[in-house]
Amino acid sequence: MITCGVDIGSTSIEIVLLENGERCAAVKAACGVFPAVRALQTFRSLLASSGLDRSDIQCIIATGFGRNYFTEADKVISEITCHAAGVRSLFPAARSVIEIGGQDSKFISIGENGRIVDFAMNDRCAAGTGRFIETIARTLCIALEETGPMALEGTGTCEISAMCAVFAETEIVGLLHQGVSHGAVLRGVFNAVARRVLGMAARFTLRDQVVFTGGVACNPGVVQAFNKLSGLDIRVPAEPHYTGALGAALLAMSGMTEAPWKMPAVAQPADTWTMAANDPNCPAAIIEECCIGPGGCAGRTDNR
Amino acid sequence: MMEGTCIVMGTDCANVLHELGVNIPLHDQLVAYNRRMHERSTLCRKNRPEAMAYFDESLHASHGARVAEIHAYRKQGGKSIGTFCIYVPDEIALAAHVLPIPLCGGSHFPVDYADKMFPRDICPLIRSTFGMALSKTCPYARLEDGVVGETTCDAKKKAWDLLKFNVMEIPQKKNARDRDLWRAEVREFKAYVENISGITVTPARLKQTIKLVNAKRRMLQQVNEFRKLANPPISGIDALLVSQIALNQDIDTFIEGCKRLIEELHQRVDQGISAYEQPGPRILMAGTPSPMGNAKVHFAVESSGLQVVADESCTGMRYYRNMVDENIDDLETMIDAIADRYFGIDCSCFSPNTERIENIMEIIRDYKIDGVVQNILSFCHGYNVEAKTVELALAEKEIPSFKIVTDYSYEDLEQMKVRIESFKELITAI
Repeated sequence: MITCGVDIGSTSIEIVLLENGERCAAVKAACGVFPAVRALQTFRSLLASSGLDRSDIQCIIATGFGRNYFTEADKVISEITCHAAGVRSLFPAARSVIEIGGQDSKFISIGENGRIVDFAMNDRCAAGTGRFIETIARTLCIALEETGPMALEGTGTCEISAMCAVFAETEIVGLLHQGVSHGAVLRGVFNAVARRVLGMAARFTLRDQVVFTGGVACNPGVVQAFNKLSGLDIRVPAEPHYTGALGAALLAMSGMTEAPWKMPAVAQPADTWTMAANDPNCPAAIIEECCIGPGGCAGRTDNR
Repeated sequence: MMEGTCIVMGTDCANVLHELGVNIPLHDQLVAYNRRMHERSTLCRKNRPEAMAYFDESLHASHGARVAEIHAYRKQGGKSIGTFCIYVPDEIALAAHVLPIPLCGGSHFPVDYADKMFPRDICPLIRSTFGMALSKTCPYARLEDGVVGETTCDAKKKAWDLLKFNVMEIPQKKNARDRDLWRAEVREFKAYVENISGITVTPARLKQTIKLVNAKRRMLQQVNEFRKLANPPISGIDALLVSQIALNQDIDTFIEGCKRLIEELHQRVDQGISAYEQPGPRILMAGTPSPMGNAKVHFAVESSGLQVVADESCTGMRYYRNMVDENIDDLETMIDAIADRYFGIDCSCFSPNTERIENIMEIIRDYKIDGVVQNILSFCHGYNVEAKTVELALAEKEIPSFKIVTDYSYEDLEQMKVRIESFKELITAI
């Protein structure tokens, strides 16, 4: 049985294909400015490169911010449930999940039976999310990928008190004028992110194991901040950004027992396809493509 | 004769709005915005009872025909007052031949116009109401002989001071001496409305208005009774609209509209017609009101596959739960009975507010609730903090609940829906 999980987030799209519960292919793409079209393109190119046809896939579950607009989906499940399912398969002993994506941060509490007990999620504010870190990277004129390693290099830190992404930028400009090092600024920023998310989780008991997922978990600087602040040894999956899509694909394995979910028709005007194809901001959709069997990663990462 | 583009129905209405000093072009924008929101949240739903047409029309009429109606009533010497909250006793105002007009705003459109006078970090209900008044888009602003506020929250209290409104003091506790204070306030209110109209409240007339307002409450109770059924013939979003219209429309017309709806709901039950296309968890919406123009959280919850089958708020059961005894003849006893009915309302401004928890538990039993959504308006500290008490009480009974704190704007709709869908999945145990 082949199932598929499609996680259309605010920033990137991740798709995971499972064959009898084992991951056979995965792909990550940037959302660009036409996320719904981009998701379909990415999905179709993954099918082509895997030598599969749509009819070979028994169930497709869409999740993430764009979940309700993916027209190939058989079912839609929220990313909170999907991340929990993904984490359960990777870390069966997990009791707490921290998930930080492009514009959301979430805390999920998992019961002894593996079910979600409760969750918390940021509302409209971007504080403590990937977008916040992106803003800071831009202010420091460095690539997002460099922020983690740079933060790990030194020890000094600084206090970032502003939680608002916009005000924090102002605060950081002030710190840079005072000559505070970029490393210290980043450590301060990552501490602020960790504080914010742990604060959101304050009404829950943080129970071992704590697993950190979502795109931001790829950033070792943020992981370090979480570990220091919580005093726990927080686990991070090998590819944390695929957790949601993996969970969706796993849930799809049991999803066929229920009545098929009907996707509401969301018409994409024909010209958005051409526009998306010519979108200068997003020249190559696929950021990385992995073909992973039980043996681990045997795929490739394309430089855009 | 007024020329122009006024989009509210009929030239008469346009003339009335002009005469009332309403900023017509801006008012047009407000009405168009409200209609778009109504289409998006309510009109687009399938399987609505046909009798809802009256309530849809009434929503539009609240910025048109209803204004003209009140204007004509006032031209003939009729008196009216603006009111806030659900504590101002309608029975007494009506008995003094003074028409109460609830003014709480629910539209997001005028919210930022409140900046002229009010801070940004107060609740959207106050900001919407006064945003409308300050931008001259509230057609009711000049349709009153006075405005009566209450002391349910600090922001409102200080707003009344600023605008020199009459204030009824709501006690903070529910002891005997608090009840006596409230009874005195109600008597003062009686003198206030009598002074406006020059008409003394007679026992016979008061008995009549007690029956009238009770009849309206009874209609709301009957409509909402249908939501107890396993397949509710009316959706939560429509039931909310019925409650919102109750606060604006003429009572007799409203009762007629409800009777037609109730008749149709009976037929729908007989024919097995549900308001929902698919089964879903049964939700109690608890917390702050959703005044006319705002159906955002109901929309977000019901469009995520959950069914709002009960409303606990001031635009729900809090408004129509308790009745006033209709079998009293003595004026003073009647006034006490009215005061006590309003004193029984379980607003979070009371400390402690244990009745509210009891009421919530009763709703959960009666309506077979699967989960509770606490819908809290931003900056409503009373309900926001009390939400924890409610949450703990629910957790003890293992009833899933979660809290949404939001204003009237749609900017956080998608994020809100992630949380709502997750909550649904938590209840249905995917």
